[in-house]
Amino acid sequence: MTRLSAAFSKSHSALVTFITAGDGDTAANLDALVAGGADVIELGMPFTDPMADGPVIQEANIRSLNAGTTTADIFAIAAAFRARHPDTPLVLMGYANPMTIRGGEWFASECNKAGVDGVICVDIPPEEDPELGPLLRSAGIDLIRLATPTTDKARLPAVLDGASGFLYYVSVAGITGLQQAAQTSIDEAVARLKAYTDLPVAVGFGVRTPQQAANIARVADGVVVGSALVELVAEHGSNAAGALRDYVASLKHAIVAARKA
Amino acid sequence: MTTAEPTPNSFRNQPDERGHFGQFGGRYVAETLMPLVLDLERHYRLAKTDPAFQAQFDDLLEHYVGRPSPLYYAERLTDEVRKTAPEGKGAQIWFKRDELNHTGAHKINNCIGQILLAIRMGKTRIIAETGAGQHGVATATVCARFGLPCFIYMGAKDIERQQPNVFRMRLLGAEVIPVTSGAGTLKDAMNEGLRDWVANVHDTFYIIGTAAGPHPYPELVRDFQSVIGKEARAQMLSRTGRLPDMLVAAIGGGSNAIGLFHPFLDDKDVAMLGIEAAGHGLEKEHAASLAGGRPGILHGNKTYLLQDEDGQIAEAHSISAGLDYPGIGPEHSWLKEIGRVRYDSVTDVEALSAFQLLCRTEGIIPALEPAHAIAAVEREARKMDRDQIILANLCGRGDKDIFTVAEALGTVI
Repeated sequence: MTRLSAAFSKSHSALVTFITAGDGDTAANLDALVAGGADVIELGMPFTDPMADGPVIQEANIRSLNAGTTTADIFAIAAAFRARHPDTPLVLMGYANPMTIRGGEWFASECNKAGVDGVICVDIPPEEDPELGPLLRSAGIDLIRLATPTTDKARLPAVLDGASGFLYYVSVAGITGLQQAAQTSIDEAVARLKAYTDLPVAVGFGVRTPQQAANIARVADGVVVGSALVELVAEHGSNAAGALRDYVASLKHAIVAARKA
Repeated sequence: MTTAEPTPNSFRNQPDERGHFGQFGGRYVAETLMPLVLDLERHYRLAKTDPAFQAQFDDLLEHYVGRPSPLYYAERLTDEVRKTAPEGKGAQIWFKRDELNHTGAHKINNCIGQILLAIRMGKTRIIAETGAGQHGVATATVCARFGLPCFIYMGAKDIERQQPNVFRMRLLGAEVIPVTSGAGTLKDAMNEGLRDWVANVHDTFYIIGTAAGPHPYPELVRDFQSVIGKEARAQMLSRTGRLPDMLVAAIGGGSNAIGLFHPFLDDKDVAMLGIEAAGHGLEKEHAASLAGGRPGILHGNKTYLLQDEDGQIAEAHSISAGLDYPGIGPEHSWLKEIGRVRYDSVTDVEALSAFQLLCRTEGIIPALEPAHAIAAVEREARKMDRDQIILANLCGRGDKDIFTVAEALGTVI
């Protein structure tokens, strides 16, 4: 059983938490996410042109890059995290160019060495899978695909082909951190996706509060929270760990209490 | 039309069915956009072979845009260049006058094509990005013509240096949305355009202004702009009985250049020269992605990009807002790699000098974008024989740039 599949095999829906690498004290923040009860960590790779992200994560990218964060720094952060937390799955999330600029083989190999479990690449759809997919899979790294409200039944098999780890359902057609999807639309979408795949389905985009997380946790295998946490880092700068731990704990409490249907 | 049909050994049969020009191009977009991009491709395939669509496109180009644009022999500029050229040298300089189009640039050709596609697809809201404002004006123009709401993303820095075009867009009923992220230029405007599109997929059509972005945009923009090269080829044959020896065009994203070049790609004796913006110089800040960049993925396609070793995108610089972009259309990257087109660059200073030269010798105020091509024409014509022909695309007029030029020349107006 991989770290990711173990995280999605618990009695409650998995809490998936996102922060941007190099924004604030990342090592302390990652420890705080784990201490608060995060089941899966998504570590954002900053990019100059994050076109799927809203203002909160855009600004985190800028803060990180202005602080001089390099790809080598991100892998160092990941490797150190793996040494401190042998069991918590770590997923890198970002954009195609930083992931492919030295070649997919290089990226897959670095992921492997750093103990990264999976990769989410926003702008490599199944149509461009050869860019990264086969290289990650042969290095034993899960390629986590995204499904969206515009992914119809005809397209879903293509999205699922080569997907592993979990399926990330982007619950709104939009960018991160802004709109929130109606719960009924999430319920329907998760049911539709689960009819096509045995992969765990995690729901994200616009999920901010413990109440929302609990509602999603009743139907989905995972709940992804990003911008709300990145906002805490923005607010507290290099002393964000306490606020992150407390907020993650409140999300986790709500999710555990909700229980999966 | 005398243009040869593509053959299996043609340079004119790209991209492949997945939208790749060799290793370049493709569809690197978020999953939310992928179904739309596929839908756009389906509709474009149908439109491309629909005589009614082509007839409507042609009719609007003739009666609304004012095509065909003239092919003009620049006699005094030719004489001027010959004065300082070696004995017997100094090619005849010709211009394709796309600055005479309605709205003052080649951009409208593409906008007419894309808005007809948008209407065909039942889209009711139009968005676009703009750098110099020419594409924004052209988009606002076709939106007014067809009664569709129009939202233009424009970098805050570009808004400042292109005020006349901002006012034009507003007069035409468009909402101009300032973009302050990044450096506040074309790249950032494109990011915001993509963010809008992903949030409004159900009703919105994104009119991309250059031959870049996810497939099928590079192909369809090229096809719509190819009217430039098709006309120029036929006009040159009818006026001189021969083809030009060299084509020259300025390149930001590269739509005017690919529009001129594409119909000539299989004419093996026609040399082609694409001119990137060297800004302050290639060793300093510039916008020459082919000269100073390497392949990467941005804005939906793989192409040459200005970037650092980690793949972070660099800010471009050019005095010309329309060339101020750290990437280039993927077909140009391919044409460079296979060697069919030569690419070179021209600095801000050289472009300013060529701008003034054309004003004085021909009574034509060019935009700063084609001023880059004109600087290269001067350079190249000097090396060519007097019976040779060099043809450049005068892709825009300079009214929008007079404030920038005045400032650069130290004049207050």
